[in-house]
Amino acid sequence: MRYLFALILCLLASVSGAQDWEDRQRFGPADASRVLRVLSSTDTALFEPLLRSFVAVNADTAIDYLVASTSELDQIFRQTPEAYDVVISSAMDLQFKLANDGFARPLEDFPYPGWAQWRRSLFAFTSEPAAIVINRDAFAGLDIPHTRQDLIRVLRDRPTLFQGRVGTYDVRQSGVGYLFATQDARTSETYWRLMEVMGGLQTQLYCCSGEMIEDVASGRIAVAYNVLASYAVARADLADQIEVIVPSDFQTIMMRTALVSARTPRPAHAQVFVAHLLRQKAAAGGGSATSLPGLDLTRDAAGQSTIPLQPALLTYLDTLKSAGFFKDWTDAVIQ
Amino acid sequence: MKFLLVEDNMELAQAILSRLRLDGHVIDHAAKIQDAIAFSELGEYDLILLDIMLPDGDGRDFLQRHRQGRKDTPVIVLTARSQVSDRITLLDLGADDYVTKPFDHAELEARCRAVLRRRAGSARNVTQVGDVTFDPVAGVVQVAGTAIKLRNRELRLLELFMNAPGQIFSKQKLVDRLFSYDEDVSDNAIEVYVGRLRKHLETSSLRIRTSRGLGYSLEHD
Amino acid sequence: MTDTVRASASLRRRLTLVLIGGAAVLALLIYFFVRHYATQIAQQGQDEVLGASVTSILDAAVIRNGTLEIDFPYASLSMLNTASDDRVFYAIYRDGEVLSGYPSLPRRAVEPGGPMSWTAVFDGTPVRITTAARRLIAAEGQTVISVSVAQTQDALAGTLRNISQTVALFGAGFFLMATALSFWATSATIGPLKRLTTSITRRGPQDLSPVAKPVPAEMIPLVSSLNNLMGRLDHSLRQSEDFIAEAAHRVRTPLATVRSHAEATLQRVEKEENRKALRSMVRAIDESSRAAGQLLDHAMITFRADHLERQTLNLTELVTDIVSRLEPVAEMKDIAFRVEAAPVVPVSGDPILLQNAIRNLIDNALKYSPGESVIDITVCMDETARLTICDSGPGFPPEQMAGLVDRFARGANAEGITGSGLGLTIAQDVAVAHNGHLVLSNRSSGGACVTFSL
Repeated sequence: MRYLFALILCLLASVSGAQDWEDRQRFGPADASRVLRVLSSTDTALFEPLLRSFVAVNADTAIDYLVASTSELDQIFRQTPEAYDVVISSAMDLQFKLANDGFARPLEDFPYPGWAQWRRSLFAFTSEPAAIVINRDAFAGLDIPHTRQDLIRVLRDRPTLFQGRVGTYDVRQSGVGYLFATQDARTSETYWRLMEVMGGLQTQLYCCSGEMIEDVASGRIAVAYNVLASYAVARADLADQIEVIVPSDFQTIMMRTALVSARTPRPAHAQVFVAHLLRQKAAAGGGSATSLPGLDLTRDAAGQSTIPLQPALLTYLDTLKSAGFFKDWTDAVIQ
Repeated sequence: MKFLLVEDNMELAQAILSRLRLDGHVIDHAAKIQDAIAFSELGEYDLILLDIMLPDGDGRDFLQRHRQGRKDTPVIVLTARSQVSDRITLLDLGADDYVTKPFDHAELEARCRAVLRRRAGSARNVTQVGDVTFDPVAGVVQVAGTAIKLRNRELRLLELFMNAPGQIFSKQKLVDRLFSYDEDVSDNAIEVYVGRLRKHLETSSLRIRTSRGLGYSLEHD
Repeated sequence: MTDTVRASASLRRRLTLVLIGGAAVLALLIYFFVRHYATQIAQQGQDEVLGASVTSILDAAVIRNGTLEIDFPYASLSMLNTASDDRVFYAIYRDGEVLSGYPSLPRRAVEPGGPMSWTAVFDGTPVRITTAARRLIAAEGQTVISVSVAQTQDALAGTLRNISQTVALFGAGFFLMATALSFWATSATIGPLKRLTTSITRRGPQDLSPVAKPVPAEMIPLVSSLNNLMGRLDHSLRQSEDFIAEAAHRVRTPLATVRSHAEATLQRVEKEENRKALRSMVRAIDESSRAAGQLLDHAMITFRADHLERQTLNLTELVTDIVSRLEPVAEMKDIAFRVEAAPVVPVSGDPILLQNAIRNLIDNALKYSPGESVIDITVCMDETARLTICDSGPGFPPEQMAGLVDRFARGANAEGITGSGLGLTIAQDVAVAHNGHLVLSNRSSGGACVTFSL
């Protein structure tokens, strides 16, 4: 048993050692009897209050919080699902496929509305729309775009102003970016026209919302499309420089999801952690404990523009399908 | 009195005939219904004694026919059937009375008298000896025109004597005639009745004489 | 007689068991049949959805500029959403090579054409797989695209569980209802049999009339043979009554002849001892003829007592009629009847039985009365109709009176046949048959008194 434990530790060390994390932090006491390894795509800053409130209640448990981009996270976890206890990601499609492929452990005795969970193994806990973020100075004297059409018009009218100063996710790198893009494309043709316009303006491509927000604030770019509104709103320090606009023509709302690894060595504690997470966000509703907007569980799923948790999420993960989408996207954006 | 006896059992018929003739009745005997019909059409009878089981039919048919023929001759049925229902049927058919076989001849006589008394009328057969007259049917005795009251056995005794004045009747004969056999009487019981009769006849011209060792006889002054 | 009837299984229980057993078998059959049918339908429903999904993916396959594109719609997989969040797997093959999806999904070779469905195990779970193929013409030749879509069967199992529960509930309900119905049907069926039994049990032992009430067709053979049996019994009873009557008649006729001979002989015989012998012979003849008559009367009374032919009668009329019939016999012994009677004393009774009883009582009085005496007869009506007959004979022996009454209570028996005993027995039986009674007493002035009340 001891050898086995040593072996696992050794493996974990080699895996984690080899991995190049965006961020990695440890919460809780150093002498904690166990450490939960949480794999997440969420910036530590946004998640910190939640983690702290958990270790405050569970004194003997520490958390190793590991941050990676959504696609990286998916690959890492698929390779060594036994090395992680909880996976949290904004890429609903990838998370869904993990659950569908049997990587998620069903949680018993945990009441949760059907639309916010799948097979009792994948649980949504935030409701985060994709937003347009603009630089207030750059848009001084211009109409603030409230719809994608508005944005297209503004960009077309001032090509010189926006040349090289627009940005969006590089869908080839970012899982959540790909999710937003495919859902946009599924909803409206406007998406492709916008992409063509942005491609014509030599759009900057980003891996992450954080960087886009920074660049909009600094004025490097004037407008960023499909930014996680939650991230932007959370940057209260940049509120003077940027404005966050949730398009009014149609909204693409992502739900951040969590799952317990099917092969976690600590299923009970992992479940306690997820339960804490869900309770905090569901209770918060508006998002007071952290800056992440919680889910209103009392609402019905019907009529929401939230991306539903259902098998169709697998569609754009299909290799043929995604190859086609990347081709179209590349044709539009990279000219 | 003229009787018609309809009875196929010859021995029984003979017994009845001899007994009734003792009382001075005239009796025709028919052994079949056919004969009975012939007899009844030829002559008038005061009483018909009718057996039921006859060789050529049922006595009841004769009875019915007899009554339909508007003949009012009284009929006494001799029957071996004792059931009430049978008796009722007989009376309904028009029989005046019935006697169940085997019968006591004294009872038969008594019934005959009773029936005749009920039909009393037409021909009176009154016997007279000296100044005493006797109507056996009505049971009336007159001494010199004055009626005297006699009991039944006294009447029967008087009747016996008057039917044969001067004849000596033994005590035994008198007992046989006066008592039925279910009465356990000794021959001397007759002395009481003879004594009584003598008393009744004191005022008349008749005397009952005792012949020692032989019996009694009726003598006329 | 009842204890000799051997009982086999109760008809009611047998019928109930057969009906309940039938209901149970039927309920089970319904359960399995409906469940099987529901399973088929549910499976068919899943297969149809899977088929639609496969078809929509296949339909999206095109060869454009020499390359295969399968831009299948979002709906292809969204239509597979179920309430139980069933897992979905798929695979797209080109000429047998996996193009995309789950490469390890179980495969079956399929010809281009309609979809084919089967159940297999994938990733440790049973899944329903539907596969279809389509032929495409490319520049370099034909190519066959096949698509498999698989789905776990949680929703189906849930549906089946619900259906099974519902059907089980329905089956149980059906069974309970059928059980209740079978109890009802059983008692409805047994009912006429019970009623027949009751109507026959309630009858008096002499009532041998056929069952007149209508019975169900199935019971007609039973009831008609019962009627037949009773008819024969009735007939043979009547025959035996007729036989007694005939026997009495046959005995009496020769007795009458013998009696006549005896009487005739008596008149010729002088010796006292011979005469005594002849007298007792005549008396014996009378006694046996009387006994024969009473025996017959008694048999008739026993026969009639259970079904009286009641009529409304005037007891006074009945008594005076009998008295007048007996008058000649009384006269012979110079016995007088003194009748004191209310003009009308209504009674409800069988006239033949009453005549028989009264005649026997007056006969007795005549028999025991000494010559030149009086028999007092009173008929009156107070609480009950009452007839009292008192003679001046020796009276009932006081030490035997209780025994006599006791003997009547036991009804007819052998010791009562001889002598006059049967006359009183007859009267007693008739009184009892009319719910009345017979009381024996002795007059203080001497003589027997019999009170017959109805």
